Amino acid sequence: MADAPAAGPPQDLPLYEPPAARPQEPGPMPGHGPYQPHEPGYGLCAPQGGPCEDPTSEQPPPSPRELALINAKAYLLQSSTKSGLSLYDHLANMLTKILDEHPINAADIIENISKDVKWAQFQKKMDTLRDEYEILPTFELAEKHKVLFLKGNGDGDQEPEEEITDTPLPNVMETAFYFEQAGIGLSKDEYYHVFLALKQLVNTQPIHTCRFWGKILGLEMNYIVAEVEYREGEEEEETEEEEEEEEKLIEEGGKEGSEVEDEDEEKDDDEPPKSTYKPPAATPKEENRTGANKFIYFVCNEPGKPWMKLPPVTPAQIVAARKIKKFFTGRLDAPIVSYPPFPGNEANYLRAQIARISAGTQISPLGFYQFGEEEGDEEEEGGSGRDTYEENPDFEPISVMELVESLSNWVHHVQNILMQGRCIWINPIQKSEEEEEEVEEEEKADESDEPQQEVGPPLLTPLSEDTEIQNIPPWTAQLSTNLVPQYAVAVIQSNLWPGAYAFATGKKFDNIYLGWGHKYSPDNYIPPLPPPVQAEYPSGPEITEMSDPTVEEEQALRAAQEEALAAAEEMEEMEEEEDDDEDD
Amino acid sequence: MEADGLGLEQALALAAGGGAGLSPEKRAALGASLLLLRRDYRFQRVRFWGRLQGLRAAYYIADGRATDLAAPPQRLYSLNCVEWSLLPPATEEMIAQTAGLRGRFQGDPSYEYESPERKEDSDRIYEDDSGLFIKEETRLVATIEQIDRAVGIIPRGAFVKTPLGPVHENRNFEGLSMTEAKKLNSYFHFTEPVNLKNKTLLEKADLDPSIDFLDSLEHDIPKGSWSIQLERGGTVVILRSLLWLGLTFYHIPMTKQYGYVYFGTGEKNMDLPFMLKEEAQLRNQTKAFSLNAKPLRLAPYLLSSMQSSRGYSKAFSPSVTSAKA
Repeated sequence: MADAPAAGPPQDLPLYEPPAARPQEPGPMPGHGPYQPHEPGYGLCAPQGGPCEDPTSEQPPPSPRELALINAKAYLLQSSTKSGLSLYDHLANMLTKILDEHPINAADIIENISKDVKWAQFQKKMDTLRDEYEILPTFELAEKHKVLFLKGNGDGDQEPEEEITDTPLPNVMETAFYFEQAGIGLSKDEYYHVFLALKQLVNTQPIHTCRFWGKILGLEMNYIVAEVEYREGEEEEETEEEEEEEEKLIEEGGKEGSEVEDEDEEKDDDEPPKSTYKPPAATPKEENRTGANKFIYFVCNEPGKPWMKLPPVTPAQIVAARKIKKFFTGRLDAPIVSYPPFPGNEANYLRAQIARISAGTQISPLGFYQFGEEEGDEEEEGGSGRDTYEENPDFEPISVMELVESLSNWVHHVQNILMQGRCIWINPIQKSEEEEEEVEEEEKADESDEPQQEVGPPLLTPLSEDTEIQNIPPWTAQLSTNLVPQYAVAVIQSNLWPGAYAFATGKKFDNIYLGWGHKYSPDNYIPPLPPPVQAEYPSGPEITEMSDPTVEEEQALRAAQEEALAAAEEMEEMEEEEDDDEDD
Repeated sequence: MEADGLGLEQALALAAGGGAGLSPEKRAALGASLLLLRRDYRFQRVRFWGRLQGLRAAYYIADGRATDLAAPPQRLYSLNCVEWSLLPPATEEMIAQTAGLRGRFQGDPSYEYESPERKEDSDRIYEDDSGLFIKEETRLVATIEQIDRAVGIIPRGAFVKTPLGPVHENRNFEGLSMTEAKKLNSYFHFTEPVNLKNKTLLEKADLDPSIDFLDSLEHDIPKGSWSIQLERGGTVVILRSLLWLGLTFYHIPMTKQYGYVYFGTGEKNMDLPFMLKEEAQLRNQTKAFSLNAKPLRLAPYLLSSMQSSRGYSKAFSPSVTSAKA
């Protein structure tokens, strides 16, 4: 189009021509149509080359300018051999779109509009096959979430009574509010889902107390952790069953092992010598409701998914968990591939980490809990500290400022885990040899022989006693706001376990853990070295290879032996004679 | 994470799955002060970058960019979300200088660290005191820069490079599709590309020069340094960096909503190689073991032949013959 006026100059003034040409444009259009059989290349040259000869047209030949226009339009209307689209249509569509939508700065984004228009072409459905409707995992989750919101799943009749009197369900939203004041916590939606999921848990299990422990992030999925305590007498049956199962498993495992060995023996006689090493007896795990197994933990990956109970933790697992640092994957049955090897899978590792985090970071304001009044307990524990506490009815709230300023106003209310992996120290030797009760008294008398008893800080020790991590204070306490201190909340976060927080205001306090489940260490993690290689058998003459004796040497030896033999016989005879003499 | 109040709030809610967020007070303060920042510094866009938790206080960090979005941003920090101070641009020297510093931030920008180099050779007497101490502010600048370089990411197609060089937001970006959003190669490091130049012609053939002008996350070292998850009932894609714990990237597929925010301690996770699962490695090992199985099975024969030869030598060794006799 732009070339049209350029073609004009030889005949007319270019300035006048274009307005004259335009009104004429619609004129020839219907008659000639845009599809005149011109060769496209000649269109613009035509004015100079003389009138185009067109046998079909009966109208007077159009002016060269018209012809140029018509040719140009015909060129634009040519459809592309690739996409079948003509530029004319495309420009028309673009202009329509621009005029319809009135975008700002249309000149700047003309390329994008052009692209949009072209893309729109491809969205037409060209075949008659129906698309399979995609079922996204999103929908499945939404379905699970919906179940949470339906009231009265399970036994609906009993619910009202229980709820009104005493429910173990914690007020998650309230604690969420306090944590939010300090900028900690999940989004409100997620909290509410967790809240409902906890309610589901409380309704399905015989639960005495329940708490939202926190959330542990994983690589593929996350864990939402609930800390519960069963009602008295409820969990024993289950755990016994579990233990029996475990024993069975162990027995089976043992049987399998022995069978395998038998087979090996049959196969080849040259069996390598068996190891005489006996692993030290495993430290017995703590009973339910005591020590590290005081609470039972349930986890789920997503609110609405089924809650899964974590197995009780064993001391060996805690000891091993201290030596490794692994990300959680989000699958409880995932193996833990580590050095030193971890006894168990991810469920056990998770449980061990939860025990460690709880022991390190579960804190409460000083005086909120107090020791029970029964003195008997203490004696039975053998001086290892009392492990029970109760709520102090006369607790007087500590002011928020005091809580922030002094760490001694906070106390741990979960027992410290000893190096042994237990909260209450147990003598490994004594236990393996004899019945514990009989020996207990004797043991006290001769303690010197036995491994030294580990003593950890007792329950309800103030935080100010906590050790520093290489000049880093173990806790950081803050006010939730400095602008309105009179309504502020005291918030304290652990620097040893990043992600562990606690708040306190008035009589309310709570702990939460939101993080990756790893302990902080200023130094880099160094995996322990493998134990030193076993020493070789000491080199001596009896295991060194000798060169074969030559024939001469053998003959010499034989001669010497015969001589010796003869001498010996003589000697014996002599001796016998002597003996005879003596006997006489 | 854009400055305007609603966007910030929404973004924080999306990234809150990791447990970190801002208190209502700070959120409200940011809503006002970030806008003022934009006015005072003549920024095109300002965003809340994150919070770096120190022992005594936390740094709140924002950055602002001019028209060319690929140009290094100007960064600001604040201790209370209201008063902001401009941070100097990061230099290579700063990063090298602070590379040896370990441990938590203190929360005081004027705190002075002893230079780790100086600790090593403390006998030497320094003439000028300039290199002895490193201010925490310097460390802050270097750390932010490192985080942005290592794990500052955008979804593919969110930015386009114009033929003349400057990088603009892609007006046509409609978000990643759900399938794309679950793949690491749909996300780019928003920094000078390093691996792109090393790609072969064959690999480059599929790239669109206006979109694929950055490195994708696919080949990050170590493998598996990102955790990619769907959250909020599978509607939001969350990427968490395992190298810089605390960096969360969010994107709602099929929308333009994306961004990242950092809530952490400003320490790089140097233990990462140990912490990843090694199932892949284990599988390789077992494969290698099964290949070795044949020689192992031969071992008993070797052993028996060795023993028989020992027996042969026994017959001739003088000690044995003497015993027999």
